[in-house]
Amino acid sequence: MSTTEAAAPLSALHDCRKAFAETLHELATADQRVVAVCNDSVGSSNLKAFADGHPSRLVNVGIAEQAMVGIGAGLANGGRIPFVCAASPFLTGRALEQIKADVAYSQANVKLCGMSPGLAYGELGPTHHSIEDLAWLRALADITVVVPADPAETREAVRWAYEYEGPVFLRIGRTAVPDLEPHVTFAPGRAAQLRAGSDITLIGVGTTVAIALAAADLLDEQGVSASVLNMSTVSPLDAEAVHDAIGQTRGIVTIEEHTVRGGLGGAVAEIVATSRPTPMRIIGVPGVFAPTGSTGFLFEHFGLTPQAVAAAALEIVGTGP
Amino acid sequence: MTLKAVPGSSDRLRELRQSLVEATPVERNARLAAAANAIRRRDLEMIRRAGLGHIGGDFSAIDILTVLYHLVLRHDPERPDSVDRDRFVLSKGHSAGALYATLASVGYFPDAELDTFMAPLSPLNGHPNRRKVPGVETNTGPLGHGFPVAVGMAMAAKLDGRPQRTFVLTGDGELQEGSNWEAALSAAQYRLDNLTVIVDRNRLQQGAPTEDTSALEPLADKWTAFGFTTREIDGHDHEALYRELSASPRASGRPTCLIARTSKGRGVSFMADRVEWHHKVPSADQAAQALEELSR
Repeated sequence: MSTTEAAAPLSALHDCRKAFAETLHELATADQRVVAVCNDSVGSSNLKAFADGHPSRLVNVGIAEQAMVGIGAGLANGGRIPFVCAASPFLTGRALEQIKADVAYSQANVKLCGMSPGLAYGELGPTHHSIEDLAWLRALADITVVVPADPAETREAVRWAYEYEGPVFLRIGRTAVPDLEPHVTFAPGRAAQLRAGSDITLIGVGTTVAIALAAADLLDEQGVSASVLNMSTVSPLDAEAVHDAIGQTRGIVTIEEHTVRGGLGGAVAEIVATSRPTPMRIIGVPGVFAPTGSTGFLFEHFGLTPQAVAAAALEIVGTGP
Repeated sequence: MTLKAVPGSSDRLRELRQSLVEATPVERNARLAAAANAIRRRDLEMIRRAGLGHIGGDFSAIDILTVLYHLVLRHDPERPDSVDRDRFVLSKGHSAGALYATLASVGYFPDAELDTFMAPLSPLNGHPNRRKVPGVETNTGPLGHGFPVAVGMAMAAKLDGRPQRTFVLTGDGELQEGSNWEAALSAAQYRLDNLTVIVDRNRLQQGAPTEDTSALEPLADKWTAFGFTTREIDGHDHEALYRELSASPRASGRPTCLIARTSKGRGVSFMADRVEWHHKVPSADQAAQALEELSR
């Protein structure tokens, strides 16, 4: 069991796919325009209730991600609001050019839902890990990339994606997360400050926000005051929040269930490097294919733990061992 | 959208269409042939001016485009977003010049705009952009994209119970992209009898004949095996195109594939069926000869 899981009782941990599926089902019940498109992932995308409730609006294209994304764009052309759901590694890796040309560049009103991203598939290995998706999607123009951090934020993000006219990528985590305190209303393009602090800024995204909060507790015990940001929108990034972090604290630690190349850390570093160089640590998968192991094991292995985050922060503030 | 329809073009198109429908087959064929060659001449001028373009594939597709836009599609240049319009997707997006000249010929935007083809900041990019050019449904360019999107369009029409038809024009070399066959499976599975795939079967891809590269034959058998009603037609016979496209899709419960046998560089003697004219730009002398041949 990972340290993150140890931080809260198992009953209080959630798989965000459930909140996603329930919200999508509600939206589809209220609005005939909502359709779900998937790649033989009715089960893994939690679409069983949707399929039972709205069978004609569940398009299962089979194991065919390129056609799946193109079909989503075509449905949007006809005035539908398609939520295109698939395991994130296959949605983003297999169909990246469709996401670029048919959705982002065409400005098609498609909601891409990358399920079970990051290291969620643990032992299944690097083919099934989606630790490049944020970097790939962030490199594209004209698509908003959103990573909710807990069930409440997932519900709000799905509702926002439905209301917003334009391409959205939602990264829907399967790795269990607690309900975040305090709850901050999802605002697209804006980081939410969950804790104020004056020494260091910890920035999490999705599943790692809870880790950042736990790290802030550890730092507090050592007299280090940490600000914690939930960077739910990775693209476009909230540059103002990063500028505030630069101005108000002595450094930044980013934590992501993603490679350290080009994801959240990379996005923050682009702003830091072109405004005022500030010490940073980027915690994530360090440019390697993961070894065999469970999600919890891999979180420990790659330092996606409150202890490792606190240690990185202490290095920056200079009070570490 | 920076481009606007020419006022009155909807009425003019309606009258044109009516008179073509009422004409004798011989007369209709002659008028469509003349319209197609006028589009070829305009496309050639655009390519000469830009110093860029894909003239071979443009010329193989222009008869199909002409018949679709002048006579077959239910569309309105002054209302390019009308819900009930038929959808047309140019999957072979590199034939953007042919599409632009055809759209301008029916008034989607003024003919003079064609002179900006591929010029800096022009809406008329080397591949079509729906956000800039009225009449373009989805951005294409990378191959194997248009057909899956067209499948989604046809599905949307089915869900709504709209009578819309969806047509997609693919290159033949383009069928080497696997995404097409994913889309073909879905089109059959969802019984999309409101969808027609037109294959511009000019037998040449960028570098060589398709059959010397990654062979497609027996192509009709492949489409039929995938659940399509398949017909082979002469892609330069305007009357045959009119007849087949108007009657498509053909069968209840099944999508249709029309394999249009075409000639790359059609209409110009020194370009026809020559692989090097995929994206070669004619010299001044060559252009003069081509314009002369296209005016006969």
